[in-house]
Amino acid sequence: MLFETIIEISYLIGTVLFVWGLRQLGSPDTARKGNMLATIGMSLGIVAVLIDPTITGDNNYLWIAGGIALGGIIGWLAAKKIQMTAMPQMVSVFNGLGGASAVVLSMVELMTVDLDMGGRTISLFALLIGSIAFTGSMLAYLKLDGKIWDSQVTWPKHNIINQVLLVVCIAFFVYLVVQTPSTGLIIAFLLLSLFYGWSFVAPIGGADMPVVISLLNSFTGLSAAAAGLIYGNNLMIVGGILVGASGTILTVLMCEAMNRSLFNVLIGGFSASGGGGKDESGQVAKSTNAIDSAILLNYSGSVMFVPGYGLAVAQAQKALKELDDVLESNGVDVKYAIHPVAGRMPGHMNVLLAEADVPYPKLLDLDDANAALPGTDVVVIVGANDVVNPAAEDDPSSSIYGMPVLKVWEAKHVIVMKRSMSPGYAGIQNQLFFHEKTKMFFGDAKDSIQTLLSEVKNL
Amino acid sequence: MDQIISFISTNLPMIYLLIFTVLLGFEVISKVPTVLHTPLMSGANAISGVIVIGAIILVRRSAPDDYFSLALGTLGIALGMVNVVGGFAVTDRMLEMFKKKKKK
Repeated sequence: MLFETIIEISYLIGTVLFVWGLRQLGSPDTARKGNMLATIGMSLGIVAVLIDPTITGDNNYLWIAGGIALGGIIGWLAAKKIQMTAMPQMVSVFNGLGGASAVVLSMVELMTVDLDMGGRTISLFALLIGSIAFTGSMLAYLKLDGKIWDSQVTWPKHNIINQVLLVVCIAFFVYLVVQTPSTGLIIAFLLLSLFYGWSFVAPIGGADMPVVISLLNSFTGLSAAAAGLIYGNNLMIVGGILVGASGTILTVLMCEAMNRSLFNVLIGGFSASGGGGKDESGQVAKSTNAIDSAILLNYSGSVMFVPGYGLAVAQAQKALKELDDVLESNGVDVKYAIHPVAGRMPGHMNVLLAEADVPYPKLLDLDDANAALPGTDVVVIVGANDVVNPAAEDDPSSSIYGMPVLKVWEAKHVIVMKRSMSPGYAGIQNQLFFHEKTKMFFGDAKDSIQTLLSEVKNL
Repeated sequence: MDQIISFISTNLPMIYLLIFTVLLGFEVISKVPTVLHTPLMSGANAISGVIVIGAIILVRRSAPDDYFSLALGTLGIALGMVNVVGGFAVTDRMLEMFKKKKKK
């Protein structure tokens, strides 16, 4: 009896540690401790469930040990080896595996237990949400890793197909709850859910990735919470719901950063709403070279870097930090402007710059950066595009009109580092490139920064 | 209708737990700064690995010759553990980088 109470209290402490740990994760000073608290909470829960005397059966500890060792080793190696630039991919894969775990558990429940209507509802819900999280995350991973391009997986009228699929999924779900389903129907529902997850992510790409990753994250959490209801385990329920809440909040924040509704991101896509944008024929972008840019940077009072996805692709974060150091030692004030949806996942740029040892007080968020921009001498845009597009401010026909952007054109000079004149993810031309203050610096971001760096050192 | 009413009255503590956890979750996480969005997400990812507890319960309850449940349950444990170990480890690695900078 005492032993059982100790187990119950362990779950309770685990729950509190989850909540407290997530709270601590909300501030840079305490974040690491928060992560540690959540880890302890999880360990406590796992130990408790291993020795919980109320679970009667044959234990099968050998199987459990095998599963824990296998998953633990794979997770550990992945976490140690992963490049910081590949964080979005890693988060997507992990997220998908969590969803897959929920799918596996709910399948066993549905196939082997004679469930009442409530039990079926919960199990089918875990199966549906977990499946979407699994295949959706895997497709997101393949896209982020450049293994699959949007055009390869998008069909004509894909948005209509997705809406039909969603309705079919819900109808099938209700049918299975009301009827006592056969094994064949459950498998059919599994396959349909898996397919829907893939199809649902297929037309979403590029700059919308942070929204979709956040949303899938919340799905995985909800599927874990549903599994918690199946097993009547409070730690699972609380953990799952917290993840669901965190994913939902990030989804909302990302949508706000783009001034679009979630529905618009999921259904619309930039391509569907048409390009818009002004006619840029006859306009010529001015290009610049390393020596001129080096002089401009070195003899200015303040410089602001605007990093985007191109920085991650070129792995240029460390070169950028070196340039920052040299400029700082020459008396230039260097700051970074971080747009909330720059990159491919929430906070992507912050992690890259942290890896390169950029102190986080040097990173300005959207509002602070916009306040500082009029007083900035030179803005250097490294692989960002849509987040600095003036069309969002002044061109109602543009599909990104209304999205809050960094008003880099209010600075005295703008240097845009870019591979070519091709438009950004949104497929719209950027008037900034033709702006009187703008000079284009063509080339790979890392190469460009390195040549710039050596020119600054030579001055 | 009777079914729904009896479901609610027998599961009232559970319904309380669900509602309060949802409210608490939004309250606790709502003010995370942009700097920490990625660590929050990977930390949350690790917590969603809590599903491993369900998988362990499943395997512990299974008969030793029920290979269907054992195999899928063990798969569930392995998938969940990748999440738990990988998620917490990579979050710690990221947060360590944030910490280092603060002292300079």
